[in-house]
Amino acid sequence: MRRSPLLIGLHYTALVILACLCVAPIALIFVTSLRNQTQIFGEPLNLLFTPTLENYRAVLGEDNFARYLGNSLIVGVVSTALTLLLGCMAAYGLARFRFPGRTAVAYATLMLRTVPLAVLALPVFMIWSRWNMVNSLSGLILLYVAVNLPFTIWLLYGFVIQIPIELEEAAALDGCGPIGIFYKVFLPLIRPGLAAAAIFTFRIAWNEFILALVLTDRGTRTLPVATSLYITDIGVDWGKIMALGSLIAIPPLIFTLVAARQIITGLTAGAVKG
Amino acid sequence: MRTPSWVPLVYVGPAAAVMAAACLYPLISGIQLGFFDWSMGTPWADAHWVGLRHFRTAFADPAVWSSLRVTLLFAFVCVTAEMSLGIALALLLEAPARAMAFFRSMFILPMMIAPIAVGLTWRYLFDAQFGFVNAILQHVGMAPHAWLADPSLSFIAIVVSDIWQWTPFVLIMMLAALASVDGSVLEASRIDGATWWQMTWRVKLPMVAHVIAITLLMRVIDAFRVLEVIYILTFGGPGDATEILSLHIYKAAFVSQNLGSAAAISVLLLAVVALLSCVALRFSNPLKQEKM
Repeated sequence: MRRSPLLIGLHYTALVILACLCVAPIALIFVTSLRNQTQIFGEPLNLLFTPTLENYRAVLGEDNFARYLGNSLIVGVVSTALTLLLGCMAAYGLARFRFPGRTAVAYATLMLRTVPLAVLALPVFMIWSRWNMVNSLSGLILLYVAVNLPFTIWLLYGFVIQIPIELEEAAALDGCGPIGIFYKVFLPLIRPGLAAAAIFTFRIAWNEFILALVLTDRGTRTLPVATSLYITDIGVDWGKIMALGSLIAIPPLIFTLVAARQIITGLTAGAVKG
Repeated sequence: MRTPSWVPLVYVGPAAAVMAAACLYPLISGIQLGFFDWSMGTPWADAHWVGLRHFRTAFADPAVWSSLRVTLLFAFVCVTAEMSLGIALALLLEAPARAMAFFRSMFILPMMIAPIAVGLTWRYLFDAQFGFVNAILQHVGMAPHAWLADPSLSFIAIVVSDIWQWTPFVLIMMLAALASVDGSVLEASRIDGATWWQMTWRVKLPMVAHVIAITLLMRVIDAFRVLEVIYILTFGGPGDATEILSLHIYKAAFVSQNLGSAAAISVLLLAVVALLSCVALRFSNPLKQEKM
């Protein structure tokens, strides 16, 4: 069916307006981060201002900035790597073997996927205190791995069950051991799923700040926690906070631009057959 | 192919152990805490059993009821708006378009960005003195409002931020679902003379009903889990006008240090979410799909 040019024009207009609505508030963070105090307070609607990097200079010049950035990177990268490793092993095990307790593990995992983080904060703080893991990066990493595993396992499970078992049997006949099958046959085939899982896990580990606020101190703070501390009873230091907010937003922005398809795979996994 | 019985354990064991230690065990301890009197910093041995006292206190507390009301209203308004907007937009935009991949990646941005940034942006937009919303209102000659200082306006603010962030999710889900609808069915109904309206209501929407149901459930569950954006945007204020259950639990645990109460309300929130998850599993269960 051919559509009239008018309809096509309206279609694109609607798409562009929607895209702008999605992007504008995020763009506003960047724009505000380039304004000085007077510009922020005096003329909010004036978009013709002289940009300044003074907020970035102030934020990057803070004593602990490098440390917070380092903490965030360690937590993000290590949590993601561990979640992917454990998650794809578990997805493979659940999909390929029938063993006692399989159903119990499977259902427990499915239910854990939706636990509200607010509910976890207090008991985790109690238990981590007992295990001497409060204020340590490893404590935060352990928690992020645990809360991201359920989603990762089920996302990857969907990929594993689509791989014909004959492929692995053929590899086994050719003399490939179980470990070899896992690395040489299976891992390459689930790569799109791994990409989606990595982005979603990194997103949580990099962005999350309530659990991180509770479980870290001056030495182990991540960037989102440091940002939230610019909000005080006296008010909000908008210039600096928007500069930090912009810096935090960079990795998710990059992922979205280069791997939108994988992200959509992750979002629609389980509900819509690709 | 015979596999020794320890092989599955090697694959599943490590992940199961981590989830058990850092997710399941804290959850169970949290529920247990609801039945004990214990204060932070004292050994667990000093805790003593108080039965349902924390639950009775919590349910007698008007603040808890008010928080429950805010949560239910928030979930209802947000999810209704997001579902209807998302589905309507998907139906309008489903036709193939060039650069659709680009538009789709713009639509997922709000979901990928840090909740702290989302909260800050909306807090800035709704600021009474120099926020964009007021600046625009004044520009067109309307009176500015103290958005985040007024109970009902601040509720609108948290709803708007959630709708902004999550309507694109519904849109993406629905676009994917509509794209998977069998084209020959649509062609057949077109040949039979169905109008666009009839095709939408009688053919397309029924065919994607399953995805609508699961999207709805995912949105409801997530609406009960929201915490970070509201923490930054209003911190529950003014008063307790935007204090959803998650935030109430956080404040009870870490601000007023009323641990028993925090644990009791956690059990309530967990029960709601667990119930919704069970319903969701009836619609979309990866364990059942494999048998097809």
